[in-house]
Amino acid sequence: MERSSDVHIAFDPRAHEERGSSGGETARSPRPVRDRKPPAAAPVADAYPFAAIVGQDEVKTALMIAAVDPSVGGVLVFGDRGTGKSTAVRGLAALLPERRVVAGCPFGCEPASASLATCPHCSAADVPARPTKARIPVVDLPLGATEDRLVGALDIERALTRGEKRFEPGLLAKANGGFLYVDEINLLEDHLVDLLLDVAASGVNVVEREGLSIRHPARFVLVGSGNPEEGELRPQLLDRFGFCVDVSTPREIKDRVEIIKRRDAYERDREGFTLAWSKETAKLGRRIEAGRTRLAKIEVPDAVLEAAARLCVALGTDGLRGELVLIRAARAFAALDGATTVSIDHLRKVAPGVLRHRLRRNPLDDTGSGVRIERAVSETLS
Amino acid sequence: MNAPAPRAPWSEAVLAAALFAVDPHGTGLRLRGRAGPARDAFLELLDDLFADGPVRRVPAGVDRSRLTGGLDLGATLAAGRPVEQKGLLTDADGGLLILAMAERIDREIAAIVEAAQDTGMSAGAPALFGIVALDEGVDAEEAPPPSLCDRLGIVADLEGITVADLTAEADFEDAAAIRQARARLPAVAVADDAVAALVELGERFGIASLRAVSAALRVARASAALRGSTIVSEEDLTIAARLVLLPRATEVPAQPETAEPPPPPPEQAEAPPEEASSETPQDGPSEPETSEDEAGHAEQQADRLVEAVRTSLPPDMLARLVDRAKGAARAGSRGAGSGGAARTRGRPAGLRARRPRNGERLALLATLRAAVPHQPFRRREAVAGAPAIHVRLEDFRTVRRRIRRRSTTIFVVDASGSAALHRLGEAKGAVELMLAECYVRRDEVALVAFRGHGADVLLPPTRSLARAKRALGVLPGGGGTPLAAGLEEARRVAEQVRKKGNAARVVLLTDGQANVGKAGATGRAEAKSDALDAAAGFRVDGIAAVLIDTSPRPQQSAREIAAAMDARYMALPQADAARMVRALGSFETAEIRT
Repeated sequence: MERSSDVHIAFDPRAHEERGSSGGETARSPRPVRDRKPPAAAPVADAYPFAAIVGQDEVKTALMIAAVDPSVGGVLVFGDRGTGKSTAVRGLAALLPERRVVAGCPFGCEPASASLATCPHCSAADVPARPTKARIPVVDLPLGATEDRLVGALDIERALTRGEKRFEPGLLAKANGGFLYVDEINLLEDHLVDLLLDVAASGVNVVEREGLSIRHPARFVLVGSGNPEEGELRPQLLDRFGFCVDVSTPREIKDRVEIIKRRDAYERDREGFTLAWSKETAKLGRRIEAGRTRLAKIEVPDAVLEAAARLCVALGTDGLRGELVLIRAARAFAALDGATTVSIDHLRKVAPGVLRHRLRRNPLDDTGSGVRIERAVSETLS
Repeated sequence: MNAPAPRAPWSEAVLAAALFAVDPHGTGLRLRGRAGPARDAFLELLDDLFADGPVRRVPAGVDRSRLTGGLDLGATLAAGRPVEQKGLLTDADGGLLILAMAERIDREIAAIVEAAQDTGMSAGAPALFGIVALDEGVDAEEAPPPSLCDRLGIVADLEGITVADLTAEADFEDAAAIRQARARLPAVAVADDAVAALVELGERFGIASLRAVSAALRVARASAALRGSTIVSEEDLTIAARLVLLPRATEVPAQPETAEPPPPPPEQAEAPPEEASSETPQDGPSEPETSEDEAGHAEQQADRLVEAVRTSLPPDMLARLVDRAKGAARAGSRGAGSGGAARTRGRPAGLRARRPRNGERLALLATLRAAVPHQPFRRREAVAGAPAIHVRLEDFRTVRRRIRRRSTTIFVVDASGSAALHRLGEAKGAVELMLAECYVRRDEVALVAFRGHGADVLLPPTRSLARAKRALGVLPGGGGTPLAAGLEEARRVAEQVRKKGNAARVVLLTDGQANVGKAGATGRAEAKSDALDAAAGFRVDGIAAVLIDTSPRPQQSAREIAAAMDARYMALPQADAARMVRALGSFETAEIRT
């Protein structure tokens, strides 16, 4: 697959002069590259602390559950503008524990995991993988990102300057083992959505373009947010998310005042505010970490399994997916809660978020799926 | 507060500029008004106020890579090594970013600017700047993307400012005053009940987003700093309400005398559910402890603020503003989902010889291939120590991409007796012509007909012209006019179309003479009100529609239906099919533009 190219490319300076100042580059003094990294996709320094978010418990819980057990699938957050959707997701990064990764692997492989075989870096390396620690990534996929940015592409810089054929990993590589956040997911281009779905389902990113042929692991929790008024999400995409959470601005004046105050305090002194909340942030982080270690030992009693099945039947959800996610979510929630077995109560708490988007919609009855779920929960789980 | 006279628009604008300059990153400014002396004067003033920071102007069709920076291909070729180009966003750090023609800005560009604004970073470098969006939209439907508007706290309106106003002395601020105010800003304190009053005020104006209230708070603080005070006064709050909250109002607050009873006190004071409250740190920010008294106080203050705002405005201004804000909300829901430029997205569809722009990628292999034939010639020209391959700018190739977003035109045809039979024939002819056109563009069409007691989808969305023609051919006429049923059926089809990710458009051919109600009962009054109700659904969903009045003389009732639908009304007294198609064509291009 790799045809070594000993082509050396260089540039003809006069070619630039010929075109003269048409582009306007001449006006700006070109500045040599120091250490050009791809544009930052890393979480922003001093993002608003997760712990300081007023209310929005459903979102917070859903995100924490996904952090405890990534296999519950993604989290979809729907709500109006200015309800703090992005704030919650961006704040999550600070809570996530460190994980072991193979040092130097651009795809963030976990040592001694199955994904090593599919990773071009780790499977090719002659030296044994040296483990190191890195924070679980939360990668932002900006609206308007190109396919190249997402899947990765030929590193043009290298190719042009050194004649080297090298793959420049995209956001999917960065997100491996972590979270991929898509703000305004309902406005995302269809073909990108297809791509995301495909990779999220298979866990492998296959790049066949520009003479490259590369596969690398890309397992991530997809987190999307959007404002339903600005465009609907296709049902196929909807179904892939483990959780679907509706957020709205708190109606209580008291809460609203508190939100404004905290936001204001944060805007005025980001560092100080983050520091003031660091204890709380650490506490939530410990809860997630403890939940992750505890998860495998959590028992799911038969009664809970039955209850989950009854609930799904009562609501008429399509397929088994809902049921499966429901159990997993309840288990992760129990782990987060510090329990050793899953209780009906855990199930009850996670049911709305897990099932809300899996109900068949009745165009005439727009009373909201929340009400229907509540009814079914109270009927079947009492 | 003593009731001041309505403020002169120009001094209001100057005040907005000054407050924005005090805290540019925290507030943001949306400047409504067309290019003209007033706007020039305003921008000049901003230039003065931002004398010590960079001012960058972002043109409407800005190149994406100019915003965020990236590899400068031209310079890279000249230098023979990668040369990076700094983006406008990082360039504007510590200064001002002016978005020209913000109402035409690409969603994608807006998203990039918004992300930089939210995070204070762009491409890994600091990018803290104040945004000024020049909004030349003529009406509410034409406005910058809602997400951008939400982030721009201050709204200044230059409408109605004359040259004479400009020369009149306004409370002019200079850069020195701004500098002092900026220095004072961190020390400005806000009382808790002032925050509560702003929140309450936001509620009364019917503003859902808390960003607006946040921005209002910052404007109030900037106002205090500008006055030379470190305490936010009621006057500052009034100014903030006027500049930030008022332009976003979707409700007119009730007069204090007739004020609706205060919202019922929270049944339980424990509003942040258990988890949150148990997590609130002792050493963290102060707990919300708004007692009943304080809440009452905040309400009283809000009352006073509403009054103060009201008196500072021309009499009918408030209602007008509210109408506009509502229109903007509608426009927001409509503008979404319509496709954007396909240059960097979509599926590859061939190559194009040009330098990469707007985040396009260089198609490297194609570029090299293009350079190959010229090698012998270029080698002869080359200086000693020349490289093996000579690539020049004209060799550059980029990938052409195409996005296919199909649109579905839903024809709703009145086949009742009142739409006299010959007119039905003409309508059919027009629909057929339209169908042919849709077919050429590979768009889908659907056909809904209503007559007698109900409506039927004669043709679900399809691209098959033959099927469509057959459906039209068998369309019988006669019977009552169940307009409401027809509208509802059309709306249902439109909803399905949208769910598939396509754009829906409705063309309604009727005379508007509904005489069969929703439940199938006959009776003109009831039928009409049902039809109006159904028509309102189109407005709610923001479905683009056009109503073609097929009656021999333009009908008031058809006009009313069109208004309720928010549809374009078109009377076709001489229903000639060709004209109708032309009219629809203009409707489409208008739609594509927006």
